[in-house]
Amino acid sequence: MTIWNKARAARDARLRAGGRIAKGKIVQAADATALLEAVIEPGDRVCLEGDNQKQADLLARALAAVDVAKVHDLHMVQSGIVLPEHLDLFDSGIAKRLDYAFSGPQSTRIARMLFGGKIELGAVHTYLELFARYFVDLTPNVALIVAVAADRDGNLYTGANTEDTPTVVEATAFKDGVVVAQVNEIVDSLPRVDIPGDRVNFVIKSDKPFYVEPLFTRDPGAITETQILTAMLAIKGIYAPYGIKRLNHGIGFNTAAIELLLPTYGERLGLRGKIATRFALNPHPTLIPAIESGWVEQIHSFGGEVGMEDYIRARSDIYFTGIDGSLRSNRAICQTAGLYACDMFIGSTLQIDLQGNSSTVTTQRIAGFGGAPNMGSDSHGRRHPSAPWLMAGKEADPDGAPALRRGRKLVVQIVETFGDKNVPTFVEKLDAIELADKLKLELAPVMVYADDVTHVVTEAGIANLLLCRSKEEREQAIRGVAGYTDVGRGRDAKMVQQLRERGVVRWPEDLGIDPLDADRSLLAARSIEDLVRWSGGLYAAPSRFRNW
Amino acid sequence: METLSYRHTAARRAAGARPMAIVGVVASGNLEVLVERVLPGSDCQVEISTPVTGFAKVWEAVITDFVERRSPGGLRLSINDGGARADTVSLRLAQAVRLIEEDGR
Repeated sequence: MTIWNKARAARDARLRAGGRIAKGKIVQAADATALLEAVIEPGDRVCLEGDNQKQADLLARALAAVDVAKVHDLHMVQSGIVLPEHLDLFDSGIAKRLDYAFSGPQSTRIARMLFGGKIELGAVHTYLELFARYFVDLTPNVALIVAVAADRDGNLYTGANTEDTPTVVEATAFKDGVVVAQVNEIVDSLPRVDIPGDRVNFVIKSDKPFYVEPLFTRDPGAITETQILTAMLAIKGIYAPYGIKRLNHGIGFNTAAIELLLPTYGERLGLRGKIATRFALNPHPTLIPAIESGWVEQIHSFGGEVGMEDYIRARSDIYFTGIDGSLRSNRAICQTAGLYACDMFIGSTLQIDLQGNSSTVTTQRIAGFGGAPNMGSDSHGRRHPSAPWLMAGKEADPDGAPALRRGRKLVVQIVETFGDKNVPTFVEKLDAIELADKLKLELAPVMVYADDVTHVVTEAGIANLLLCRSKEEREQAIRGVAGYTDVGRGRDAKMVQQLRERGVVRWPEDLGIDPLDADRSLLAARSIEDLVRWSGGLYAAPSRFRNW
Repeated sequence: METLSYRHTAARRAAGARPMAIVGVVASGNLEVLVERVLPGSDCQVEISTPVTGFAKVWEAVITDFVERRSPGGLRLSINDGGARADTVSLRLAQAVRLIEEDGR
């Protein structure tokens, strides 16, 4: 006779084994490793919650300490490879295979381990893509998650940094998996329930609060005049003509400059209420002056941001908050919002090739994708019209039948022509291709594909790729804004001149912008201290950003 | 240390009467530009002292564009470079000309 509930029975056996170490659902921190040895089996798929910001650090240390004779050859399926322990697992043989999305802080070591064959790589994903696979072919057997607090029934409060937790728990708990949570404290009554307790099997109180990285704090003091110039070009040359209201900003200094220019330069151009009103965005501190000046109507966030808690609580008309008043973030939902409900993504990158493919990998570093490709891509599943989307679609296909013409999401790469140490941003061939050769990958790790990119903004100007009608035009448009790099100096001056006349390439003077006006006095806040002042003292800047 | 020197003839003489001006600072990724009104007619000279070698072609392109766009006739510009990127060099050169062209106080 066919048995139809094998996985449930196996899960129950694991729960019984774990239950011997627990009191109810509560397990002592000292017993964390013993619990993991009891509930994890060799070859399991395990999600060790490593998000963009928050980290299940106690559980990471506990898993790294298991007896490799008992627990080995795990298949790790998690969005972030962030802590050293995440990679220690592969050095010791506890884990063997890896499917992930982002590895910022470990990007150098992960590259070394991939070259050394220490890690069997499934694929590097975008967030939504990995989350999708949790429900199809990468469902975790065990999820090791992190929350702010639990009650004795296992209900969890995740606070501002909910991030990936609901998605990870959904996939694990409803497919016969085991969910173990580390929490900062166990309380009688939670401020709100983010994860219902019947989806959580074991709870461990950590001896210290989980690690969370202030990843989206950009010090206005470090914004350069060149970045301000790129921001002026973007606002006047893209935000204004398309009337972009719904958008996502990347993490870099160029977009931080845009945020700080809205209440000054944007105001002067009369754009308040006409652009940048609704965001899929982490709680960027640099957006505080624009919010306080009445620019922003609504923001949904992937995660939280250290220090922004009280400000968000006091500005609930802007942010999504729970019944307790604090931020509710959700990475999967915000990524979906960015993909389907935003008319523009604007973000930075490390390398752009002659057709507009971009990548953040170099041969020494594999940072992964995270969410940028979800934001920086045109969803073919979109069906609702909006003015910017229709306008971009028309630019790309002016002769198409309007009722049948797809709109286009604007995907804008905003960069400086030279990066750190005078390394050119524009290249003939991406380093990602060499890396793919070396690692024998079927796909080069391209962050944003050329066919999704609509505009490239640099201090030298804006290239509108929607208006390019051939591969040659596209190449010259990109060369036309590549400044003094080899790619820029290699341009066909006559052809770029023609592209300028058609508005495909627009240099600062074509937009009536004098680079000499790109001055730091244009920034609504010129320091972290200014941001604190704008917030009325509600923004509590992390100590590393404070100098007062 | 590399020193480079470029001579150009600008389209016209720089405006104003101020004899000299300084912009920028010698710091990593930045540069200092000293500009002096010492040359005859619309002659223009740019002297560069930089710790970074191998960027002569970039300097040449930056200076050529600068002379074309800002027409710094009669000026000698001396650059003390701290490894600045081309965009920063362009900006400082333009700022130097703007400053020396301001009405004298």
